[in-house]
Amino acid sequence: MTTLADIEVRLNNFPKDALALEAVTELLTMSEVVLEHWIFAKGGTPTEKQREGFRLLALHRQGAKGEPSFNACRETCRELVYHYNLVKLDPDHVDIQRRLKMALMIAKHLHLFVTGKMADAGLGDFCCSSRPLHAQTG
Amino acid sequence: MTGKYKEVAYYPGCALEGSGHAYDRSTKAVGKALGLKLKEVEDWNCCGAMEVKNVDPKLQTYLSSRVMSIAANEMGCDTVMAPCNGCYHNLKKAEFDLKNDDESKEVVSRISEKAGHETYEAGQIETIHALDWIKEAIGEEGLRERVKNSLDGLKVANYYGCMYTRPRHIFPEKDQGPDSESTSKPHFMDDILEAAGADNVDYPLKTACCGGAHTLSDSDTSTKLVLNLLQAADACGADVIATECPTCHSGLEMHQIRAETEFGVKTDVKILYFTQLLGMALGLKPRKVGVHENVSDSMEMLKKKGIA
Repeated sequence: MTTLADIEVRLNNFPKDALALEAVTELLTMSEVVLEHWIFAKGGTPTEKQREGFRLLALHRQGAKGEPSFNACRETCRELVYHYNLVKLDPDHVDIQRRLKMALMIAKHLHLFVTGKMADAGLGDFCCSSRPLHAQTG
Repeated sequence: MTGKYKEVAYYPGCALEGSGHAYDRSTKAVGKALGLKLKEVEDWNCCGAMEVKNVDPKLQTYLSSRVMSIAANEMGCDTVMAPCNGCYHNLKKAEFDLKNDDESKEVVSRISEKAGHETYEAGQIETIHALDWIKEAIGEEGLRERVKNSLDGLKVANYYGCMYTRPRHIFPEKDQGPDSESTSKPHFMDDILEAAGADNVDYPLKTACCGGAHTLSDSDTSTKLVLNLLQAADACGADVIATECPTCHSGLEMHQIRAETEFGVKTDVKILYFTQLLGMALGLKPRKVGVHENVSDSMEMLKKKGIA
């Protein structure tokens, strides 16, 4: 399994001349691995199922169970799926480079969000769907 | 004008008295320009923010309920408007808890009695955001009629942050069809600024995390998250990121500077409150909407675009 650090390096040095569909598929796959890391860190086994045709969305749903603040990356996952669909449906579109660039930035955001949450997990949640520390400690 | 929300209780919250003062100034200025009356909640208190909520969520529910109680029971208002996403979120959460959780009701009743004010009961007042206020009270057509200084040619990335739409269950009025706000792809700010003449860009990170929660514990993570938001806006061709939350706004401004000083990465996009942009479109001077109070200096860009 690729480490989060290796994924960061890959995202920061993502080839600009990659074929559109290959590139966006790799971004989707890397993002699935990012979510797998989150699920493993929480003691779970990443699902192989799909949701709305995408494993990424199933993994996000699994990762958010019991961790409502993880929903802060729900739309990020959905945007990546949307951009994947845009590229897949029309890889020769005149705007393809911008679409790929956006997909890369979305994937980067997901990576940053998840690694940030993993680093600070012991501090409790302070964001949109936060749960009180009391609830976590019983 | 629809007549709805013509006069509402105004709950600025702590940030709008400090780091978000330009938002307070521009919200009031826009209200005045549009003929909408704001009655500031008397003796308002902190909504409980993130800190109280994290330690004792019932206390946060009480603190938010007190604001709603004063607005409803002492001021006789049926609507309270909170421009800050954190305040808006917490008042909505308190409303939800008081409707659905008996323990919350009991705690709020007990503390309210001790504090000597009427206990707030779910349904007494409607909590809205500044976006709901303008969109519902004036509407896009009404705004178009009032625009004196179109934002035409200004490319805007609308950034809503995380608390305006999450968690979905505390916003039952959203996702109710095309005229209502969407929790997955919010559009009220886009609609308002488009009516003011702006050219909205398709910004895929409009509800993505800005790392606000990491600001003190792990500043580098916050800076990297914000930098990605800024670079994405630049890549979309945006001249400006429009904000509707003082915490997001401060985070974007401060980490834009930090990204340059710590990581050597400069981004060009400017950061302005949507009320500042709307105010200038309505013919108000930049100073009147507090552009000079922003950390992000946008005057040169605004002059170049013919807006200031």
